[in-house]
Amino acid sequence: MATQEVHHVALTLTDHLPILEVLVPFVAAPLVVVLGSRRLAWPIAFAASAISFVIACLLLLQVLDGSYISYHIGGWAPPLGIEYRVDAANAFVLFLVSGISTLILPYARASFEAEIPRRSTTLLYALYLLCLTGLLGVVITGDAFNVFVFLEISSLSTYVLIAQGLHRDKRALTAAYNYLIMGTIGATFFVIGIGFLYMATGTLNMADLADRIAVQSDSRTIRAAFAFIVVGVGLKVAIYPLHLWLPNAYTFAPSAITAFLAGTATKVAIYVLLRFMFSVFQPEFIAQVPTLEVIILPFALLAMFGASLTAIFQRDLKRMLAYSSIAQIGYMLLGIAFFSQAGLMATMIQLFNHGITKAALFMGVGAFVLRAGGSFYHHLYGLGKSMPWTSAAMVIAGISLIGVPGTAGFISKWLLVQAALDAGWWPIAILIVASSLLAVIYVWRMIEALYLTETSAELPARQAPLSMVVPLWIMALACIYFGFDSDLTLSASRTAAEGLLAGSMGME
Amino acid sequence: MRHHLILRVITKLLVGTIFLFALYVQFHGDYSPGGGFQAGVIMAAGFIIYGLVFTLDKAQQVFPPWLVHKLIALGVLLYAGTGIYSLFAGYAYLDYAALDPHHPEHGQHYGILIVELGVGITVTAVMVAVYYAFASRAPILSDEDW
Repeated sequence: MATQEVHHVALTLTDHLPILEVLVPFVAAPLVVVLGSRRLAWPIAFAASAISFVIACLLLLQVLDGSYISYHIGGWAPPLGIEYRVDAANAFVLFLVSGISTLILPYARASFEAEIPRRSTTLLYALYLLCLTGLLGVVITGDAFNVFVFLEISSLSTYVLIAQGLHRDKRALTAAYNYLIMGTIGATFFVIGIGFLYMATGTLNMADLADRIAVQSDSRTIRAAFAFIVVGVGLKVAIYPLHLWLPNAYTFAPSAITAFLAGTATKVAIYVLLRFMFSVFQPEFIAQVPTLEVIILPFALLAMFGASLTAIFQRDLKRMLAYSSIAQIGYMLLGIAFFSQAGLMATMIQLFNHGITKAALFMGVGAFVLRAGGSFYHHLYGLGKSMPWTSAAMVIAGISLIGVPGTAGFISKWLLVQAALDAGWWPIAILIVASSLLAVIYVWRMIEALYLTETSAELPARQAPLSMVVPLWIMALACIYFGFDSDLTLSASRTAAEGLLAGSMGME
Repeated sequence: MRHHLILRVITKLLVGTIFLFALYVQFHGDYSPGGGFQAGVIMAAGFIIYGLVFTLDKAQQVFPPWLVHKLIALGVLLYAGTGIYSLFAGYAYLDYAALDPHHPEHGQHYGILIVELGVGITVTAVMVAVYYAFASRAPILSDEDW
């Protein structure tokens, strides 16, 4: 065989950043298992998560100007090969997911020790890393089938992570099983949708799919694919009537896991929904199919009111926050339903702000569970005095959840109301404000239990350990910080919304 | 199973053949149908039939559960490690050309062999782990109580 001189330009570390974002936690997971050391598991997990976060920051800075980075796995050029494609929309979500994960891990150490037997913790960190890998992979990949693969990686590990709550409450098993069934149905619908798309276009690369759908826009196969994908991802997002798995899963999972999932998993699913609705299916396609006004809008409003009302009548703080998550997802869907740049920008920023707010709240709940023995309101009586730091952070995150000016929550509500007024839907704007008032009621119930009710316990609860309070406060301060200095989040979400609505992903 | 002489003799004869066939499917997978997934399942079938006929304890002496768990992770590491090697060689992740820069087509060949070996190890270990997990559950009724 004649030796053929092959020209190859060596890639540098910067070129590899997109793959390293996913690869670092992915390799760390089996490494934790092979080493099998209880002492090394946490440091490895934390290092991997922190490296991912640094890479996510670097990627976000590179794409803030509206450009994109494309990475070819195995050197095979898209559309044949798998492509990782980073633009402002997904770099922003990567930043959120890896950031929350890096803050949760130091917090999780004490929480896991209290809630999970020691022999399981090593494998737990491996699963946590796999879940993180899956979430990051879903976001970064530019290949439709690859989204499904990563979605399954994150889902399967999530089921096990939720089931680990069984050491505190056996109902975690049924909650996890319930989520397993619903999640699998969702994933199946999603993959059926991708199958239809592949049938109609013969490609799996998202940018290539977008171009081909634009050319042959209206066929029944493509419409069926759209329906399957929206319903499948809708199950993962927990769109109002498909949300039934969420309250139990969040309530019975270990505290740190709930905080992680509440801040990341549904947000990643919202991102997938956005990506498919606006990048793969073009805005012109969405304009033809009346999904937004007929399905997304009414269900978003139902979620905002139905889930908020349910949240008011809960007796368990953790469960209350789970229902409030469903209501907050309603706001994100509302932004999508406006079908305007302002609306999508509101969705992106609500995705980020609600992610940090809810993570902070669930972290606080974990601290209460650790020291007061539970998260029912009667466990919280008088904790404002005995656990002042944790309670104060909870109040800050709570007012961010309501959307009081000066917090992150306010920015997203403000943008949402603005988008509603731009579209001329002023009744919707009034409804947004009205549902925020419902949030005032349920957050007030928490504050009342913490500060205004005398405790009945003889021994006052001890302060939560520093390893939990410090991450909680960083998260709570982030809620304030992003309420005042919204430059980063605003510019990232504006670029993201522009990119999403620009239609074709610029496949050359 | 002590009285089932035929089963035991046949199993002893078959297990080795099954392993050999698994290795054939594994390493001939790049020229003929096969590869890590199929080979892994066949390999695991060998352990499972041994466990069914000669009891779970005997199977676990041969292939202890701790080793099964390590191998699950090791196969994944072998796969990802191939990709990391190509990263260090200045190629894209999992670009097998990195394994033999002067003959990229040879590199592709080595790459797929190594990666499939990783798949095979993990699939074998996962299948055996699933079998152990089901088989080591205590029966609700013992055979005499029926």
